[in-house]
Amino acid sequence: MRSLWPILRKDLLLEMRTREALASLVMLVVLILLTFTFALDPDGARGAAPAVLWVTLIFAGLLGVQRTFLVERESGAWYGLLLAPVDRGAIFAAKLVANLVVLAIADVVLILLLGLVLGVPVAASPVELLLVNGLGLIGFSALATLFAAISVRLRARELLLPLLVLPLLVPVVICAVEASRIVLSGGPAASAGVWLRVLATFDVIVTVAGWMLFEQLVLE
Amino acid sequence: MMIRRRLAPLADGVLPVAATVAMFIALACVFLWVPNERMQGPVQRIFYFHVNAAWEAFAGFGVAAAASCLFLWRGRAEFDRLAHAAVEVGMLFCTMVLVSGPIWARPIWGTWWTWDPRLTMTLILWTIYAVYLVLRAMAQDDPQIARYAAVLAIVGVLDVPLIMVSVRLWRGMHPSVITAPSGTGAGIQDSRMIATLIVAFVAFLLLFLWLLWRRYEDLRLRDELHALEDEIGALDASAARAAR
Amino acid sequence: MSVVEAESLGKAFGRTRVLRDVTLRVDAGETLVLFGPNGAGKSTLLRLCATIYAPTAGSLRLFGSLEREASTRRRIGVVSHQSFLYPDLSASENLAFYARLYALPEPERIAAEWLTRVGLAGTGTRPVRAFSRGMEQRLALARALLHAPDLLLLDEPWSALDAAAADLLSDLLVTSHADGRTVIVATHDFERGLAIADRAMILHDGRVAWQATRTAGELGAFHEAYRRITGAVAA
Repeated sequence: MRSLWPILRKDLLLEMRTREALASLVMLVVLILLTFTFALDPDGARGAAPAVLWVTLIFAGLLGVQRTFLVERESGAWYGLLLAPVDRGAIFAAKLVANLVVLAIADVVLILLLGLVLGVPVAASPVELLLVNGLGLIGFSALATLFAAISVRLRARELLLPLLVLPLLVPVVICAVEASRIVLSGGPAASAGVWLRVLATFDVIVTVAGWMLFEQLVLE
Repeated sequence: MMIRRRLAPLADGVLPVAATVAMFIALACVFLWVPNERMQGPVQRIFYFHVNAAWEAFAGFGVAAAASCLFLWRGRAEFDRLAHAAVEVGMLFCTMVLVSGPIWARPIWGTWWTWDPRLTMTLILWTIYAVYLVLRAMAQDDPQIARYAAVLAIVGVLDVPLIMVSVRLWRGMHPSVITAPSGTGAGIQDSRMIATLIVAFVAFLLLFLWLLWRRYEDLRLRDELHALEDEIGALDASAARAAR
Repeated sequence: MSVVEAESLGKAFGRTRVLRDVTLRVDAGETLVLFGPNGAGKSTLLRLCATIYAPTAGSLRLFGSLEREASTRRRIGVVSHQSFLYPDLSASENLAFYARLYALPEPERIAAEWLTRVGLAGTGTRPVRAFSRGMEQRLALARALLHAPDLLLLDEPWSALDAAAADLLSDLLVTSHADGRTVIVATHDFERGLAIADRAMILHDGRVAWQATRTAGELGAFHEAYRRITGAVAA
């Protein structure tokens, strides 16, 4: 756990220097939202806001998460990481959190846009909305980070990552969308409880599995 | 290795014959012997194969997960081959489930497809293991592919209960127009139906084991062939060097 | 004590066998230099010693242990033709990151110290992307040595260096040797390689084709042996 921090700190520093991942992710989120609005009509997009929110985040995220591994490859720094006396699980956790930070910023931008541009009542119960988004994003980041470690090392990486992630992501898609629907329609927060419990279970299982299995993916 | 050698004569000699005979008996039972289900009529007969195919699909994916764990733990190629073969065979049966389901659903439920939790679950399972096979096909030459595939199979199995729960809850939120009967096996009262189900179960289990064995052997022979080719290549190279 | 102890060591990538049946011992404080044409298995052997690769045959003990725990990796430093540095971070940020990764106290101070030692004191705040190849390689030397490894592995260390950096490397290697550090070098540079070798080894087709030690006075036969072993293929 101790070694998580230096790696995460370095990843965030790199991101602050280049702003590549964040800038492209936010742009992507804006463009996908725009596409949905054209395709569904503003009213339709407002009605389908929970679906628009999560489909936008997931597809933008799938294109972004591989970057955390690609920056390690430029000068072979990946070997520097593997050589260091750190638990390989900590490398996974650091990458997970780095992805989570960037996704969370893009998520906040997306929620603001949904509220300001489409008039979705995002401020109705903001704490609950953030809780739903947090739990959903942790699950997505954990799963996508784990499989990005595989896909970056294969030839058809851009194609393979969504294939690997989307079928396994079904619980996150269902639970996050349903919970967002309840929260955005101002329903009682308690009725979202069951969805949040499934999301939290998913987060724990995938994060622990990723921590334990990651070593298997970096061995050569 | 030792286990395989002891199993080989049994598997190659007995399994094909037993599976074929059992399958013909099962077919006879299903089409000639078992009575029509009162409510559903003859189309219900597909149930004997549909349900058993589903069990063998689960068996395949279960074997794959167990073999993947063993592979990561012990690192032996046998377990990797077993996992690969089990997914292939599991996919075959899973496809049979997805084909036979709609054939039954059309006359009974009046539609080819409905987002019933069980159907949805089967479809998601099918996509997970289809991706497993795509991954193996796309990265055939990658030396790490066995580890990647094992991780996918393990995470997949861990995910299954969560998918099951969320799909159940999801359908609970959107009641479908068609109310599903309380299980496809609702019509089973006749002892001949139970007997037919058991015969079909045995036939499918034997078929599953035979196919699993054959696929395992194919993968093993492919690896052995590659090893021999490499050895010949090395011999050629050193012979050419000696000739100079 | 043996720092590296390989027993019938082999490494294959899928169907390609890169290293076969390598048995060797490197004692503490010894400098072993690996020679051999491209594809002979030098880099693979170094990466096995660096714990980046896992053996597919035989065994490899590092510091007497078959395990690859963090405590084993801590004692190893690697210089390769890749720098392992982040081009978008500055020189001192790179070094401080590695110091933190090795849980060293006062990472910033260590980074500054090493920048001075490799003659890059004035350039600490510039991103590595702006560095020349020679400067980057000097920084890579600092990166590999800052945690004071007991075993130093160098893969083609001289190939990318300018004259000043090559001298620096030779100085560092002399100091390392005096400190009792174990060093394994893979190189094409016969002259520099033989100059520092306690033991020389020629790898060919993934096998040990020849080896000799300085103490036995056998290094003089190197050129003849190298021509005999590799020339047969070239002819």
